[in-house]
Amino acid sequence: MKTSKNTKPSKIFTYKIGGIAGGGQQVAGLIFTKACVRGGLYTFDSSEYPSRIRGGLVTYRVSISDQPVNAIYKTTQLLIALNREAFDYCLPDMTKDGVILYDSDKFEVKPGETKGVKTYPLPLAKLATQAQIKPIAGNMIVTGACAALLGYDLEILNEVIKNTFADKGQEVVEMNITAVKFGYQYAKANFDVDKFPYKLKPINKNDQSIIVTANDTISLAAVACGCKFFASYPMTPASSVLERLASWAHLTGMVVKHPEDEISAMHMAIGAGFAGVRSMTATSGGGFALMTEALALAAITETPVVVIESQRPGPATGLPTWTEQSDLAYLATAAHGEFIRVILTPGDPWEAFYLTTQAFNLAEKWQIPVFVLVDKYISEGHQSIDQPDSKKFNIDRGQLLSDEQLAKLTDYKRYQFTKSGVSPRAIPGQKGGVYLANSDEHEEHGLTIEGFDALTRIKMVDKRAAKLAGVLKDLPKPKLYGPKTAKLTLLGWGSVKGPVLEALKVLDKVNYLHFSAAWPLDKAEITKQLKGVKKIVVIENNHDGQLANMLEQVGVKITQRLNKYNGAQFFPEEIIELVSKLK
Amino acid sequence: MATEKDFLTPVLPTWCPGCGNFGIWTALRQALAELGLEPHQVVMSFDIGCCGNGANWHQVYGFHSLHGRPLPIAYAVKLANHDLKVITISGDGGGYGEGGNHFIHTCRGNIDITYIIHNNHRYSLTTGQSSPTSEHGAKTKSTPDGLIEYPFNGLQTAITCGATFVAQGYSDEVVHLKELLKKAILHKGFSLVDILQPCVIFNEKNIREQYKQKVYKLEETDYQPTDKITAYQKAAETEKLPIGILYQEEKPSYESQLPQLAKMPLVKQEVKKEDISQLLEEFK
Repeated sequence: MKTSKNTKPSKIFTYKIGGIAGGGQQVAGLIFTKACVRGGLYTFDSSEYPSRIRGGLVTYRVSISDQPVNAIYKTTQLLIALNREAFDYCLPDMTKDGVILYDSDKFEVKPGETKGVKTYPLPLAKLATQAQIKPIAGNMIVTGACAALLGYDLEILNEVIKNTFADKGQEVVEMNITAVKFGYQYAKANFDVDKFPYKLKPINKNDQSIIVTANDTISLAAVACGCKFFASYPMTPASSVLERLASWAHLTGMVVKHPEDEISAMHMAIGAGFAGVRSMTATSGGGFALMTEALALAAITETPVVVIESQRPGPATGLPTWTEQSDLAYLATAAHGEFIRVILTPGDPWEAFYLTTQAFNLAEKWQIPVFVLVDKYISEGHQSIDQPDSKKFNIDRGQLLSDEQLAKLTDYKRYQFTKSGVSPRAIPGQKGGVYLANSDEHEEHGLTIEGFDALTRIKMVDKRAAKLAGVLKDLPKPKLYGPKTAKLTLLGWGSVKGPVLEALKVLDKVNYLHFSAAWPLDKAEITKQLKGVKKIVVIENNHDGQLANMLEQVGVKITQRLNKYNGAQFFPEEIIELVSKLK
Repeated sequence: MATEKDFLTPVLPTWCPGCGNFGIWTALRQALAELGLEPHQVVMSFDIGCCGNGANWHQVYGFHSLHGRPLPIAYAVKLANHDLKVITISGDGGGYGEGGNHFIHTCRGNIDITYIIHNNHRYSLTTGQSSPTSEHGAKTKSTPDGLIEYPFNGLQTAITCGATFVAQGYSDEVVHLKELLKKAILHKGFSLVDILQPCVIFNEKNIREQYKQKVYKLEETDYQPTDKITAYQKAAETEKLPIGILYQEEKPSYESQLPQLAKMPLVKQEVKKEDISQLLEEFK
């Protein structure tokens, strides 16, 4: 992560734009965010939207700071309400000294309605006519007005617009630049911009940071570490992995397949893994429900496979475009029979990159299925981060037999009993390596056995289970953030990391133990890390407290659980308030 | 060069004496050997059931998958390494029931896989329930009052969904079946060979007599397998049962249309750290 010498709590500015779906607020918001990052600022954004394509409320929210920012904040300083619904929904989060811009061609704000929060009308349709631009570029008038209020550099904004619309032609670029300029001048002339207390200043005009979601970094990581096959059926919020990898296929040489269903997607990922290619699939909880039988198939055939699961609130269709962390317990026990699987749980896009590269290594080294478990909040929310560093990961394909090694073997046993549980792999096409990958229980060559051969059955189960010791050694250890000793230790996994880290900037004598691998749990390691900890508070974006339950099973005594399951992630402010009460 | 014996494992079949599967097994081994293939050049994926248990006595790179799922496994194997010959074995239950969706969509893609259906019109390894191809009115363990549904026609479905090689075989006509399988394996694209296979336990006692009277070879008629409509009509015949190629056309196979595979199979491409700097540009 980016680091800064300045460690005092930073000022956070949060901007939110809301209107009907298809109104361009996500595009406008992201352009403004990019302009901030290009200017060396740090951002974290998130979008709320319904499960429909046109109409309905859509919001885009971004928190901006001159220090690294790990979450979006609830408290909003600048709101752009493009319709009444957005105004009503977003108003409660406004600070007293903030400003609301609203589309006065769409609705009127009555006196006293905002309880003292300053409002400025922005008649977008009329302004678009005056500026001689198409109504579709009205969102850029808004962006220009925001830049005026914040005192932000128009040049950087124009650069981002040029890049964003370059492939749509010069005319579109110019129209958007005209719109921004018009909005900027209109605000200068009609709003009291000097009185707006929040200003943003670029600190570095050519910052090379990237603005990415966890789905983006997962896709980038898959390419970077040699994944050559990806099969996936679209499902929010995992779909953008499929879209990204498909759009890059000509460049990367990856084969990207969108098959008939998730059942097929997972079996294809396994088939490609069996054939010797690094392979992956991606889905959400409901899609993974269909993949579950194949998880067991990967396990008994000891075929490496990487599964990206981006959670949304369940059960069943649940809240398709919202967020939750409610699939951990499911993945830890999914499919019948007993076998090892790994669940990596990155907390942000940066971690998602490196854990995805690690997922491929773990899958191939231990010949097991490995999950990267994320959720809508980080799968679709963007964070500004440094570019990933290829020196910070390695490629470990595990035990693959060469043609020469195979030629020396007179009796190749694909499932040879070994101490580590891992047996060297041959790849179809290699001479001397012919074997059967068998969903039936099998002997060392892969040939089916019956329960009459009980000894082989026991040895084969033990062989697969023996991998656990080695797997645990290879997993990332829980990482402590904040002071070494504290009155209260927060404990979590996945995307709660961001808002918790923000809360730690304010909370005194509180630290956070982050689980980047939530399964399998290493009892010895956890016991060591929690030695002497006074209060353990497990924070999760779910109802049951799934990690808390699992930790109790390995003997951890939990003081308190903090759970949120309304479809949204935690905000730093909420954590600060909840934890302050517990201390 | 490999002989048909090289495609045998040390395991003896567990099929019932007289099972139609023996004929299919023999024809396939002979076909592979006559095509000059070596065991390591062939991948076979198998369904669950009597035919699937055959995974243990086929000496090739095998994948004994789950019920209904051998096609997506085969699909990915072909995409990962198109130098391999890929063959999938299913029963009528796994192929047309549990795996029906995969069947439909694999036909659409025209990927170069040979799909062999051991069609005995019953779920035999689960001891004789009705299957998607069971005749209307069939009294079985799961339909004691007689089957209400009408049989699924895999041949017609394959033609409709875009398979480019559709054939019916008969397990007792081993030489004919061997030649049919050779053509199917050589065909560039998705080939279905639906094989009438007597189940000596759960079919009617005189099943072999019935087939003997009904089966006739298309090669001995003036039938040309080039027209979808006539092929569709041929596939509907029940009084007499045609064996041979019902339909064949030349169409680009799925894997041949992927520029990613133009130079070499995926699996032969080195796994190394890839430069992603160009991709990062779109995130700035």
